[in-house]
Amino acid sequence: MSLITIKNLWKEYGDNVVLERLNLNIEEGEFCTLVGPSGCGKTTFLKMLLGQETPTKGTFLLDGKPFPDEPSIERGIVFQRYSVFEHLSVLGNVLLSMELKESKFFGRLFGKKRKEAKEKAMQMLESVGLGDAAHKYPSELSGGMQQRLSIAQSLVIKPKILLLDEPFGALDPGIRADMHTLILDLWKRNNLTVIMVTHDLHESFYLGSRLLVFDKVRYDEQAPNAYGARITYDIPVGNEKGAILTKVDKSRKKETNNYDN
Amino acid sequence: MKRFMNLKPSKVTAFFLGLLPFIIAGIFYIVASDLRLAENPNDKLLPSMASFSEAIDRMALTPSKRTGEILFIEDTSASLHRLGLGILISAVLAMLIGIPLGFIPFVRAGFSPFVAAFSMVPPMAILPILFIVFGMGEIAKVALIVIGVTPLIVRDLQQRVSEIPAEQFIKAQTLGGSSWSIVIRVILPQIFPRLLDSVRLTLGTAWIFLISAEAISATEGLGYRIFLVRRYMSMDVILPYVAWITFLAFLFDYLLKKLTYKLFPWYSAGKENA
Repeated sequence: MSLITIKNLWKEYGDNVVLERLNLNIEEGEFCTLVGPSGCGKTTFLKMLLGQETPTKGTFLLDGKPFPDEPSIERGIVFQRYSVFEHLSVLGNVLLSMELKESKFFGRLFGKKRKEAKEKAMQMLESVGLGDAAHKYPSELSGGMQQRLSIAQSLVIKPKILLLDEPFGALDPGIRADMHTLILDLWKRNNLTVIMVTHDLHESFYLGSRLLVFDKVRYDEQAPNAYGARITYDIPVGNEKGAILTKVDKSRKKETNNYDN
Repeated sequence: MKRFMNLKPSKVTAFFLGLLPFIIAGIFYIVASDLRLAENPNDKLLPSMASFSEAIDRMALTPSKRTGEILFIEDTSASLHRLGLGILISAVLAMLIGIPLGFIPFVRAGFSPFVAAFSMVPPMAILPILFIVFGMGEIAKVALIVIGVTPLIVRDLQQRVSEIPAEQFIKAQTLGGSSWSIVIRVILPQIFPRLLDSVRLTLGTAWIFLISAEAISATEGLGYRIFLVRRYMSMDVILPYVAWITFLAFLFDYLLKKLTYKLFPWYSAGKENA
């Protein structure tokens, strides 16, 4: 059975159809990137995966069971901003993940458990390259380091799915490239299932194993909200390390050259 | 020549510029006082420096003949006791009310209109009710501060809680947090420095209520003394008392600010970035 099963899924806000007739299976270990024009519902789709929104109709299963209708421990999330806790040190942020998970009443671990959690947190920080910054506060970190921390925070409790909402959108190109290496490395080493929304086409081809393009197939000018977006392309990517993108680029150049002639 | 708006004073210049209005006000007072006293040596409105030091000696250094205690210290400790108790109760109450109001939609729906309406009641208007209910003793005076200040802090905290980015609450839920554990691990620690800020800003209001309550019914206290000696037009006592109250207010403001930065180093850093 697939990790995520989606059959004939619709999302509507009143008369406004955002998504229509989505059919999709996502297997464990896949790295899906979601692209599409703004307002095409890819963020809405991510919110449904996260539990912030619920589908209007259709089948929407996680591991064969309906998705929990509020954010839960199965799904980790990294937002573009604000996903780390500014009042805790870097180490404290990662510790908090384990503390919230394991201690329901105090939200704190003590004694031996705390020591173990601390060791685990340090290992996690090392693996995202934040070992040296463990005792700093998030406000002392650069944007890229804050995103590394946010990833570490989610991964340390091993969610079934890691959701990324334009996580590298606010970063400089050089740092973005570092983050790409990091997330690919973490994905391969830990056999994660990752679903990522992005605006950056290059990123969407380069990262991951599967590219999903959201777009409106039908459009009525008199009623722009009458039809929702669907998945228009579902392409395997990644293994070729961006080869497809180069191919697309080339053919596009050829076309424009022909046109010029 | 740069525009005036672009010229910045150096640190030393800024210090002396800041001092200047105080010096001018001081000189202005001394000159005005001298002029009035030259005309009428018994004038009470603008006492001379000599009568100030005499009054300070009488109030702050010599024990009272009647009770054997130093009135100034007695007044100060009585007032600070009321003020501190009032502020402490207000802060605790405000946390207990403000956080659920800002965080739990059901609590907000149920109580937000009531809190909004209650905070519009002018506290001075219900002072007689407090005197009737609590008697003329200490409780009524502390209650006035609590009733006057709590709604202000509650509304501020509610606002601060709703300003915490929604991303943080979602993230905490994906980490396994419950409503309760998110309150104690995410909201409370982030709200605490904001509570201290809020307390600092409402201290001025608290002083108003304190002095008003003392003016009406008390047997000691800074406000009580000022209103008592007003009958004899004792400006030589009133003015030093006012200066002292101002200094105390300034001191608490400064200490609270320092304490906030000391206890929550991440708070000031985050503020600079915002």
